[in-house]
Amino acid sequence: MSTLLYVDGLTVSFDGFLALRNLSLIVDPQEKIRVVIGPNGAGKTTLFDAVTGQVRPVEGRIVFQDTLDLLDTTTHAIANRGVIRKFQTPSVFPGHTVFENMRLSSGRKTFRSSLSTRTTAAEQERIAKVLEQVGLLPYLNARAGMLSHGQKQWLEMGMLLVQDPTLLLLDEPVAGMTRVEKEKTAELIDTISQGSACAIMLIEHDMEFVRQVARRGHRVTVLHEGSVLSEGPLDQVQADPRVIEAYLGRGTLGR
Amino acid sequence: MDAATTPTNGDGQRLWVWAFGAVFVIAMPLANGLGLLSDYYLNLFGKYLALAILALGMDLLWGYTGILSLGQAIFFGIGAYAIGMHMLLAGSGKGVYGEAVPDFMIWNQVYQLPLFWKPFRSLPMALAGAILLPAILAGLVGFLTFRRRLRGTYFAILTQAIAFAVWLMVNRNEMKLGGTNGLTDFKSLLGFPLREPATQRALYVCTAAVLLAALLLSRWLVASKAGLVLQAIRDNERRVEFLGYAVTGYKIFVFALAAALAGLSGLLYAPQVGIITPSQVGVLPSLEIVIWVAFGGRGTLWGALLGAISINWLRSLLTASAPKVWPIILGGLFVAVIMLFPHGLLGIGRRLWGLLAGPQPAVTAVEATGGSPVREPTP
Repeated sequence: MSTLLYVDGLTVSFDGFLALRNLSLIVDPQEKIRVVIGPNGAGKTTLFDAVTGQVRPVEGRIVFQDTLDLLDTTTHAIANRGVIRKFQTPSVFPGHTVFENMRLSSGRKTFRSSLSTRTTAAEQERIAKVLEQVGLLPYLNARAGMLSHGQKQWLEMGMLLVQDPTLLLLDEPVAGMTRVEKEKTAELIDTISQGSACAIMLIEHDMEFVRQVARRGHRVTVLHEGSVLSEGPLDQVQADPRVIEAYLGRGTLGR
Repeated sequence: MDAATTPTNGDGQRLWVWAFGAVFVIAMPLANGLGLLSDYYLNLFGKYLALAILALGMDLLWGYTGILSLGQAIFFGIGAYAIGMHMLLAGSGKGVYGEAVPDFMIWNQVYQLPLFWKPFRSLPMALAGAILLPAILAGLVGFLTFRRRLRGTYFAILTQAIAFAVWLMVNRNEMKLGGTNGLTDFKSLLGFPLREPATQRALYVCTAAVLLAALLLSRWLVASKAGLVLQAIRDNERRVEFLGYAVTGYKIFVFALAAALAGLSGLLYAPQVGIITPSQVGVLPSLEIVIWVAFGGRGTLWGALLGAISINWLRSLLTASAPKVWPIILGGLFVAVIMLFPHGLLGIGRRLWGLLAGPQPAVTAVEATGGSPVREPTP
């Protein structure tokens, strides 16, 4: 396999407004974390929308693992292939318990396999292990709606992990978190990227957090007005005059 | 981890299911056989229990999945008309005119049995039609609408429009379904005269048993992973898709299931009541079903049963004593429930129970930074 995600010449138009313009980017299978940054309206979330089958681009291609044309695949089928997405706001199911949220996320997603009231011992063990990892095991039977904001975010992380993602799309995972929660999340992302074969694409505004996760020379992609402005290790991108230009008036990048 | 294997509060409810079965399937017909309960009352309850099956389907669809259909009476009507046609055909030739077609057709100068009536001569065909036709129709409507992401209010309005169209159609004599008079004057089913109390008692037992089976099936479905998916669709449909579930398929499934239950309900209703008319398939009866479920408490299954039985019982009492104010009372009940008791009768019952039982160990929010939970999960 030569590429994990291959995005070529992607253009997305919302009634004439080009949210993405001729955007191209490649994520290697060896890559652990790819950080995507950029000012508001740069098209970061739209890129995720396109990858997960939520918007139909007018032009371009998105190919997953060299073979799967994502533009021709429905959202749920894309998820079943291991492209898993986390939204900006925690979107757990508030009426379900923590365990039920995890049970919904784990295992096969076909209609027939869902016609069962049982959870296999292996599945339960797996769920327990992931809940342990995100620190929610004591809350197994609590309604998800009762959890704190940060805990909901971790529950959602747990729900992502239990799906065994191949490519994990995280959209501002630390938005609205306290400092302690952010550090814990950074640790969690580290654990994920080291402990599994999964690659992470991370949209982030919080530069402090970006530095925490991208310190080992992960590649950073800077989007601006719908296309790639710069790409490379964090230090190199931060020194790029075009990037500094794009961020001018928004406070300096990284201070 | 063991606590998680059983769905929450499942065991306490099992007792209620058996109590329900013991009372309605065994005790009531037994009391009737012994002369303790009049034939009239048993028949009334047979009607209520048939309608409770309809409400159960509505609860799965609306209460659990959040899909509001304002056309469930169509499916009920298909079931009722299917068995009605069968019963008329079984009795044809024995009517006033002695012709091979039902009497009402003679009044309309129809002497040849319409083609679409013919399959209903066979009971298995009529039974299958009563259950499968609604499911297929709902599947088709669901396929055409859910795939296009038509949902919420738009779906409700669409189903209401269909209900209105069907009502208009059935009202016409040209449909050869008895026009505004509907189908009536049923003589027998499977050769058993419907006038006999024993036949009615058997029909009652069938209805109660089918309702019990439908309740068990619904409870199983709700506790299954598919049930979790349905409730998740209600809470955040888009998120469910991102988990990898084919949401459209689940919605079509639950719509078809609710329609099949509605058909089953009509199938059991018509022989016990002895008449089915267009007034039972239109917009108003469809709305009423929603009221039953809301009144009893939606998303609980028991609430649907409670609502269907109690409101229809109330109707029987009030249409006899105060026919003019009945619609106002029904509407008033709906407004009162929505505004004052969003969880319906069951919600009120639970709150009263909570007050009587004293303060519960509260499952409340936990400390933001991840302290210990207020209540440990019970093993």
